[in-house]
Amino acid sequence: MKLAVCIYEGPYNHEASDSAYNFIKAAIAKGHEIRGIFFYHDGVYNVTRLMEPPQDDRHIANRWSELGATGIDIVVCIAAAKRRGIVDEVLVPNVRISGLGQLTMMAIEADRMVIFGD
Amino acid sequence: MLHTVNKSPFQNTALESCLRFTQSGDCILLLEDGVYGAVSGTAQSALVEGALAKKVKVYALGADMKARALKETIKGVEITDYAGFVDLVAANRVHSWL
Amino acid sequence: MSEESKKKIMFTVRKPPHGSIYVYEGLEVKLIMAAYDADISVVFMDDGVYALKAGQDTKELGIKGFEATYGVLVDYEIQKVFVDRQSMEARGLTEEDLLVIGEDEDTEEPIRPKMVDASEIASMMAEQHNILSF
Repeated sequence: MKLAVCIYEGPYNHEASDSAYNFIKAAIAKGHEIRGIFFYHDGVYNVTRLMEPPQDDRHIANRWSELGATGIDIVVCIAAAKRRGIVDEVLVPNVRISGLGQLTMMAIEADRMVIFGD
Repeated sequence: MLHTVNKSPFQNTALESCLRFTQSGDCILLLEDGVYGAVSGTAQSALVEGALAKKVKVYALGADMKARALKETIKGVEITDYAGFVDLVAANRVHSWL
Repeated sequence: MSEESKKKIMFTVRKPPHGSIYVYEGLEVKLIMAAYDADISVVFMDDGVYALKAGQDTKELGIKGFEATYGVLVDYEIQKVFVDRQSMEARGLTEEDLLVIGEDEDTEEPIRPKMVDASEIASMMAEQHNILSF
């Protein structure tokens, strides 16, 4: 089954990002296709390479980047990103900035869309 | 339908609202702070008990229960893991009660 | 694409306006999605019904409002707009308190969101391809 995931909250401040990540890992393990991951609202802060968490904590941006390296389409909403100072130059590799049309296509093409937020 | 609820019923009416729109045969997954709604013997236990009585299946995410040191769940609530969460999503349309 | 083969996408709005950005950015998604081939509906429930209250003025906050945009939803071909009756009644609101979302092409009568019961909303939810909550 094709699944899409949308994340509305920033990293560390809220569990949404962790829940989404754990859900996606489990979905992949079960053989589902991840149609895409879309970051919206403060969720755009999840993939900035400027974050530097303590060594003994998870590195949320790197975690997403590693998922992106497996070929999953990870999209940061351009309108939400620009509003919050997130631009191409600060993104981790394997994620891209694009428009809400991408969210629309995920909602239409994925069999299920799961939203994680506050 | 699968309804996901991630708010404590002590702080927020998400679970209460969700129940108004839940039909017999639907499932509710309590995750994140939502798992406080699955605990037995609290002032809010009646919400989930009412859902179970309406033939709604109620699940709580075990990882979130453990993280919060919660053990005593309302009878009838099923503890599940992320793999179970994925199965619920695959089997149902989803609405997140954020 | 025929009406039947269009994917049904529902938006639910449960948060109040202005205290957070969810309603505002959620509206941006609706406007974009309306340009695509999808069968869109929007349901306001819980504090989300406050987003439709007529007469909002955010000037003193210095925040850009969105009443004008909600006022032309029908022009964006978003016509299936519903409010949950119980959420309205719990907040002392009636249909007359809500802003107009457009006007009928033929009669020029104002169109307001349609008040429906929770059971009707639950049935609509079950028919959706995907539901986005804001």
